This record gives sequence, C-alpha cells and structure tokens, in this order.
Amino acid sequence: MSFQPVKFYQTGTFTVGNRLLPDGERSVQSTVRRHNSLNSGHRACQGCGEALGARYAIDAAMEVTGGQLIAANATGCLEVFSTPYPETSWQVPWIHSLFGNTAAVATGIAAALRVKGREDVRVVAQGGDGGTTDIGFGCLSGMFERNDDVLYICYDNGAYMNTGVQRSSATPPAARTATTAAVGSTPGNTFGQGKDLPAIAMAHGIPYVATATVSELRDLEAKVRRAMEFRGARYLHILVPCPLGWGHDSSLTIRMARLAHESGIFPVFEAENGEVTGVAKIRRQVPVEEYLKPQKRYAHLFSPRPNEDVIRRIQAQADRNIRRYRLLQDS
Amino acid sequence: MRKPFAITLDPGSSLANHTGSWRTLRPEYLDRLPPCNNACPAGENIQAWLFQAESGDYEAAWRSLVQNNPMPAVMGRVCYHPCEGACNRAQLDSSVGINSVEHFLGDEALRRGWKFDPPAAPTGRKVLVVGAGPSGLSAAYHLARLGHAVEIREAGPMAGGMMRFGIPKYRLPRDVLDAEVRRILDLGVKLTLNAKVDDVMVAKQEGGFDAVFLAVGAHIAKRAYIPANEAAKIMDAVSVLRGMEGADKPLLGRRVVVYGGGNTAIDVARTAKRLGAEEAMIVYRRTREKMPAHDFEVQDALEEGVLIKWLSTIKEAGEGAITVEKMELDAKGVPQPTGEFEKLEADSVVLALGQDVDLSLLDRVPGLEIADGVVKVGANMMTAHPGIFAGGDMVPAERTVTVAIGHGKKAARNIDAWLRGGTYDPGPKHELAAFDKLNAWYYSDAPKTVRPMLDLQKRITSFDEVVLSLDANTALFEARRCLSCGNCFECDNCYGVCPDNAVVKLGPGNRFRFNYDYCKGCGVCAAECPCGAIRMVPEEI
Repeated sequence: MSFQPVKFYQTGTFTVGNRLLPDGERSVQSTVRRHNSLNSGHRACQGCGEALGARYAIDAAMEVTGGQLIAANATGCLEVFSTPYPETSWQVPWIHSLFGNTAAVATGIAAALRVKGREDVRVVAQGGDGGTTDIGFGCLSGMFERNDDVLYICYDNGAYMNTGVQRSSATPPAARTATTAAVGSTPGNTFGQGKDLPAIAMAHGIPYVATATVSELRDLEAKVRRAMEFRGARYLHILVPCPLGWGHDSSLTIRMARLAHESGIFPVFEAENGEVTGVAKIRRQVPVEEYLKPQKRYAHLFSPRPNEDVIRRIQAQADRNIRRYRLLQDS
Repeated sequence: MRKPFAITLDPGSSLANHTGSWRTLRPEYLDRLPPCNNACPAGENIQAWLFQAESGDYEAAWRSLVQNNPMPAVMGRVCYHPCEGACNRAQLDSSVGINSVEHFLGDEALRRGWKFDPPAAPTGRKVLVVGAGPSGLSAAYHLARLGHAVEIREAGPMAGGMMRFGIPKYRLPRDVLDAEVRRILDLGVKLTLNAKVDDVMVAKQEGGFDAVFLAVGAHIAKRAYIPANEAAKIMDAVSVLRGMEGADKPLLGRRVVVYGGGNTAIDVARTAKRLGAEEAMIVYRRTREKMPAHDFEVQDALEEGVLIKWLSTIKEAGEGAITVEKMELDAKGVPQPTGEFEKLEADSVVLALGQDVDLSLLDRVPGLEIADGVVKVGANMMTAHPGIFAGGDMVPAERTVTVAIGHGKKAARNIDAWLRGGTYDPGPKHELAAFDKLNAWYYSDAPKTVRPMLDLQKRITSFDEVVLSLDANTALFEARRCLSCGNCFECDNCYGVCPDNAVVKLGPGNRFRFNYDYCKGCGVCAAECPCGAIRMVPEEI
C-alpha cells in the first residue's frame, strides 16, 4: 500500500483533514490552497459522487504536477454538467472529446507535448463507465497497448446516468436500470461475466492500475500521486455513487461507497506492471444487504419479500473479491 | 467582435450559476451538548478542555478547565466521574479516561506552578463564605474571580472540609489538597480558621457582608441503636477519619468491623487495614448490587483484603465480639430479618451510616425552610432568606465533592447576579449529542489507557497514593480518544466532502462557513460529520 493510515489522532487519516497532523501529511482536499479544479456552480445533481471524485482526483493531480496538467474529457455526465457552452466549471486546461475517443485524444495531446519538448506537462483522460467500458473501450485498450503517457481515470457509477440511467457493461448484476427493468423471473441486470476493467487493464501489463472510492480520500489521493510517478499508460478506476441512478438519498453518497468497500462488493487495490501490490483492507465488514438496501435499484430484492437467492449470489461475488484480494485484516 | 471559427459567445465560469436555489434542506453548524458535560456535576466543559489537551497545549486545557472547577488535581483523584459513565466512546470500545486526564492536568499545573488568571476589577462587595470545604472553596474562587471580596470562616483547624477529614490520604495526598487550596487563597481570598460561625445573621451584620454562602457540610455521624455492654468499643466513621488527621491515630484493634455500605464504609475499612488491622470487615444489610458504594471502590477494597459480610445487621456488640443477624431480601428488595444469628470477633465497631448537618448557626435566620435535616434552596441556590445562599452537603443533593464544587460555582454566579440586582442566566442548554448523532466510522480504534496503581503490598502497609497519574504521552493518547461529540474539531470533513465546494474553511480555530450561493443541500456534510456538529433544516420555500 502506498498509503499507510495514521492512527490514534482521534480520527487519524480517516477524515479529510486532521489538525493534529504535520502539514506535510495533510490531504490536498483539507488545504485552502487546493485547486478546486471542478468549481462551484456545476449542474451535477445533489450529492453527486462523480463531481466529488473528479475534484478529488484532478486536484490531487494538479498538486503533484504543480498545475502543469491537461485534461481530455469524454462525453457523459461529467462533461454535460460541468460545461454547458459557454460556461465551464473546470479550472484546468480541458478539452471535450467524443463519447468514445477520449483515450485517443489524450494520446494525441501527449504526443504533441512530446514533440514540443513539454514533457513537464502531464495528461489525464477521464470519462464515465459508459465512455470507458463500452464506447471508448477500443481506444482505451489501444492507449494501454501502446503504453501512451496518459493517466486514464474512469468514474464508475454503473450506468449511463445523464441520458436516463441505461445499463452499461459496468452495471452490476440485479440492478434495475431503464433498460434492465425489475420484471420477470430474473429482474434487473443479468448475472453475466461482467467487464472487470481494472483486471483487463492489468492484463495489458501497464505500469500502474488502481481502484479507489470517494469514501477513502487519502487512499485516492495517494493513488493519484503514485500514478504520476510513472511514465506510460496508467489507469485509475474510481467508484462514484450516483443518488439519481442508484436511488439512494443524496446524503448517503459517501456512505454507499464506503459500504461497497466494506462489504467486498468493490475491492480497493493497486497493481504495478500487472501485479497487485496493495489492497485497502476492510475495517468493519458488513453483509451485502447493508449496501443493497438503501438503493432503490435493488428494491426488488427486498420487496414484496426478500429474494434470498439473488442476495446470496451477490454475497458470493463479494466473498470472491474478499478472497481474491485478501481484503480482510488478518489475510 | 472577432472570435474563432464557430465561436459566438465568450467563455464564462459556472460561478455565474447559483445552484443554491435548488436547495430544499439547508445545512447549519451547531454545537450540541456532549454527554460528559451534561453529566458533570461541576458543569465542566470537558469536551473543550480535552480539545485543548489533544493538541498538547496542557496549559490552555487547564485554563479552560478551571473556568468551572478550581481543583483539577483533587478532582482527578476523588471525583466519581459520572462523565465517563455518560461517554459516547463507551459504545465504541470504552469510555475516555476523562478523570485520568484531569488528574494529569491538575498535577501538571502544580508541577509548573500555573496560577489562575487575575480576578476582575474589585466590585466593592463583600461576601462571607461559611465553611472551607469543596463547596465553600469553589464559591470563594468564583466570587473572587468576579471581583468580590471574599472571607471564608472555617470552624476547623484546616481548610478542605470532608476532602481532608473524610477522604483518606491514600486517595488524596494532603500536599495536593494544600496546594490547590493555597492557589485559591492566592486570589486574595481571606481564610479564618478555628472560627465557628454560631449565628449567621450576627456574623453578616458585624462583618458588613452583602451576601453569605453557607457550606458547613454534614459532619455529625448518624447513630444506630445497638445494644452494647460497657466494654464494647463503638466509634463512628466521621471521628475515625477525622482522627487520622491528628497526631494520635485512632486505636481500632486487630479486628475491625465497619457497619454500613457507602463509600465512607469502604474508606474506613481500607484505613483500618493500613493502620495494621489483621481483619477489616464491612457488615452491610443488603447485597453488592444494592450497595451505594461505587463498584471500583469495592473492588479496590476487596483486592486489599477487606472482607464484606453481605445481608447482615449488627444485633449486639460485646467485648471483643459482636452478634450479627442474617437478612434476606424480600420481593421488594428490602432486607428482612431471618432469626439466624452469628457471632463475630471484633475489637471495635465503626458506624458508617451517613451524616447529618449541624444547622444551629441558622437558628436565628427568619423564614428558612428546613426539611429532612437539610436547608431548602431555590434553583439559584438562595435560601428562603434573601442574600443567604447555601450549597454542598447541607442542601438536598447527592453528597460528593464534585456536586459540592458545582454548588459553589452555581451559587457564586447567582450571588454575583443578585449583588448586581439581576438574575443569573446560564443560557439555554444545547441539545444532547447522543451517539446516534455521530458518524462513528471515522474514529480510530484505540483502547483506554488505564492509570498505573501502587503495588498491593505497599497499598496495605502505607498511606501512599494508590492510583497514580498518567504521564504526558499516555495523557495525550487518552485525550485524543475523545470523540468531540457535538462540537466541531476541525477535521475538514465537511470542507472535503462537499461536491459543490460550498464549504468555506476559515482557518485554525475559526471552523467553517457554508456558501449558500452554491450549496445544493445534498446533506453529505451532515451525514459525514464525525461529531454531529451539522444539522439539516428545511428551507423556507
């Protein structure tokens, strides 16, 4: 793990800041000098996890690069809510690409910078799970395969949210979306093989792959920092709960991300050159029900009566993650 | 207007878009009342002084503490810490060792010679305090800080009241007590010893006092009728413990029986052990669960070899022996005699059955209300006679040092207001920061630090202090276990978790402010505030 939690300072490093820590050990988000790369006034929904995740990640990248950063942004929520022409919330050099080609656009920017001898300027590409795992997957795989010097950040909220919550290949099994209705004998999204993009990225053997959630800021910032220490293709996959699409109260955004980690649904880890080098252990393990219940996209699992069979399958998936990544404290 | 191809508008910032108009719920910062503060009989702002101690600023912590309680070193030893019983941390692992941090801060102040802040400008008013026990000393301290001239008259030869004549040295070393009393007197409080006030009206008149605070305590031991022959040696707990302060220690013999079940009975039994008694036995008519003595005191006594005879009453005392009758609890939990008797060897019997108040000094005060042997006071601690206030063991309340110190503070603030022709208004109490108001996930796991104890052999052979102090490291650790319930401790969570950057950080000590131009009212800040210092209120639409 690149980030070692500090204990015993009341909240240690679990909170965003801690007045008892020395300056150098404080998070970017706790400082007044943070860049606010994604500024106020954006049109994201109340409690948007993606807006939060994007600010966390890009602020951290701005801090590491001393502001020498260019961002390419796929079409999707993040682009729509931040930049309705001619307004923008971005306080970084930022370009909007097509839905599917942001990895290619970022590759082009990196190439241009190399030609100009400006390799001090770093490039990030970012998009949602639709633009990453579905539409932009070909461009992204090419970027990995060529090992282009880009950090690609995927904000995963598990569906196409801004067009009205349609299923993507990152939509979890049993979740209800506009295109996977909660009807029939197997309501909600099917249990497929899923598209585990962090694992696919690792299979490309690129220098750095990591997952993070908006509930663990210090871990997320450390991963951005680590990613910027490498040259070549890097991939960061951030789980960002969506109150609209998931159907949870807007105040629960961070709690949902935390429960996704604590239940084993979403493993938080990092890998270098295809090998797992660290995992964020589960602190207080919870059964998957605790994660599923507050979300209306899973309401059909609990009403009119609990769908024990499906819940068991979801739990089995979480348990598989726990085993595979050794997520428990003593494993 | 020359613009690039296909561009017709100037670029603008989203700051023009005031998303605050979307809001239906509005976050607000608030201070809730931490359960420890709520439980403290002396009204200490415990959360506040722990907050100071957390950053290692012990002097600031101590200064914050003595705003309410002038005797932290005494408190850290003798207070029964109801704060720890109320502490929310107990629901996570174990309560914060508030009492041990107070103990440390009190000792640190004595070690470093910290003095109280100088009193306010003299008001020209004179207040007489009768009794130099915890309540009287506390009142004198607060009155002096408010600028009043204070004189304490004490009937006994030394200040401290029951802290000196009731609490054994192994719990409260006398140099600690003396130093904390001295610090109060250094504020300019006049103390007259061996000056029993026989008639409070005369004393008030002759001394030209504007107000009087009575805190004479309860020093008359309650008796019980026990048939005894002439050779039986029956004493009372008050005299035994008082006798410990003189040159001639009480002669209790080899086998000592203590009759009663309160903390005083425990104190006497542990004292008897230290005086060399082979056997110190407490005879109590009910069971351990029903015993008024605190469990940890009972535990300490049992460790030291004190024996306890449960469900027993003394029927007769003779020479070298007593007869006890076995009792049993009836359905209501009241002990009833069984008719079964037993003879126990005993060189002396010490009665620890509670104390009464000597109210003779009030004989000529008109209009007083006295019930059950104590003086009635109003919510402002004033008796029915204007200008005469009372507190401590002589008014109806639990009889502990901390309660007495709380009375002294409350009385002082009311006396001050009364002297200025007003009434004291402490302001409305904040709502309680109950455990369900916290987001406990954020707090690190950290087990309680237990204070070191003197080894057992030394405990039963000397009057050395039993419970020792934490050191600076362990005290810091313990202070940092505080959850800061209901009060912002500047963890930056709200500032960090707002998806709309609508929280403004105002810098160390100044907390945060919401920028309602952009706050959409999602409620993430309130949900993720570890200590429950943000609430969501409906917006008026």
